[in-house]
Amino acid sequence: MMDIMKRIYMDHSATTPVDPLVVDAMLPYFSERFGNSSSLHSFGQEADEALSLARAQVADSIGAQAEEVIFTSGGTESDNIAIQGVISRDSGKKQHIITSVIEHPAVLSTCDFMKGIGHDITYVPVSSEGIVNVDDIEKAIRDDTVLISVMHANNEIGTIQPIEEIAKIAKDNDVYLHTDAVQSVGKIPVDVNKLGVDMLSISSHKLHGPKGVGALYVREGTLLKPVTFGGGHESGLRPGTENIPGIVGFAKASSIAKERLAIDSSQMGRLRDSIIKKVFDTIDDVRLNGHATKRLPNNANLSFRYVEGESMLMLLDIAGIAISTGSACSSRSRHASHVLDSIGLDPDYVHGSIRISLGRDNTMEEVDYLAGTLRETVSKLRQISSPAKC
Amino acid sequence: MYSKKIIEEFTNPKNVGIIENADGVGEVGSTIDGDVITVYVKVNDDVLTDVKFKTFGCVVAISTSTMVTQLAKGKTVDEALTISNEDVQNALGGLPSGKDRCSGFALDALHKAIEDYRNKA
Repeated sequence: MMDIMKRIYMDHSATTPVDPLVVDAMLPYFSERFGNSSSLHSFGQEADEALSLARAQVADSIGAQAEEVIFTSGGTESDNIAIQGVISRDSGKKQHIITSVIEHPAVLSTCDFMKGIGHDITYVPVSSEGIVNVDDIEKAIRDDTVLISVMHANNEIGTIQPIEEIAKIAKDNDVYLHTDAVQSVGKIPVDVNKLGVDMLSISSHKLHGPKGVGALYVREGTLLKPVTFGGGHESGLRPGTENIPGIVGFAKASSIAKERLAIDSSQMGRLRDSIIKKVFDTIDDVRLNGHATKRLPNNANLSFRYVEGESMLMLLDIAGIAISTGSACSSRSRHASHVLDSIGLDPDYVHGSIRISLGRDNTMEEVDYLAGTLRETVSKLRQISSPAKC
Repeated sequence: MYSKKIIEEFTNPKNVGIIENADGVGEVGSTIDGDVITVYVKVNDDVLTDVKFKTFGCVVAISTSTMVTQLAKGKTVDEALTISNEDVQNALGGLPSGKDRCSGFALDALHKAIEDYRNKA
């Protein structure tokens, strides 16, 4: 059992620790340079300068123009502004949105709400490897389609979606394309022009920045209506006094992520591949969920037969390792995540899934400890479960 | 979160296993639902002399399984049938709210094992 000081964090798709350099960048903006960026005096000017610089840094990290970046409270709000903002342009008219079955709840629940108020949604399926079929999207397009929203990379199984190909279809059909890139920024290259998207959501806390801040990239010329109303901040799309310390931290984190992308990505990929190899070498009846290669370098989503995800999570946690599971047991039901359901995972495996999501600070030593502990954990739980009929 | 007692029982469950030539076997659940609990009983002079379990499931499913076997062992068949879900939960120091779905499954499996024993007898 590990000392509490030696806890190993491998749940970076949930959140990441804030980089100390990010904290340093933020600190002056709490009590020293605390101004409101809308104020005309020198305090306001300081804040406004910081805001402008931050906007340029975040824009630069995704290949955008500064004025195309709208700061928000995070990925969920960005997704909401993108989807609701398009629909709101003509909310009295029934409109059609295309999305995928494996989206984050921030997109799915917003689409569900839009459906509830009379709009039409097509939820395209994914392959057993968790990838959207571009043809399905093309076929789903109708005269009243106004938006396609497909995530760049999936938060559970890490699959990378064919956004560039979807962008061509969107452009040919004069439909906006939004992508939730919350999981991909800092893991794989994200360039709004290369991807060809009209809107893109980012979250700060997934890339070693503070929580409560994010951005929506809105391509110049994209018509959106605000969904909240106030003082006209952020081009009127996200009114409310800007969270300057958070935005400064987010911008610093974005710059660092961009600088380190190549090295972080290959390091995490090396560790991730090592985890998969060690697990397959030492544990029977295991599956890798998602696509073998079209996946984020930091994601390994594995399913083990005869064991249940929460039990694995708890035993690993006791051993000092933090991961997450796609199996949730609540009072009403035990259900596998909508993502694991949508890839049609064998029922024998679907409740035994865990997501290991690495960060740039994880080491090979930690990976070795994880692999050994995982082997013991699965063996222990299988002794309890097997051969009950399962 | 989970009580210390639940974590203790979950990490070191007692009475895990199968009883060969059991006098009664009760099984509850399916892999599709994500829990399968099997309870085995050995009965001598109407007393549950041995009770074992095998459980595929979450922390609650495993910790309630071991607790049910511990509470039932040594009791007469009639006494064992009076064990309530509340007794099991209390013995585990309570369950976190929203986590009680699987709490009755192990008890159901024990009841089924006793029913199986009575049907055979």
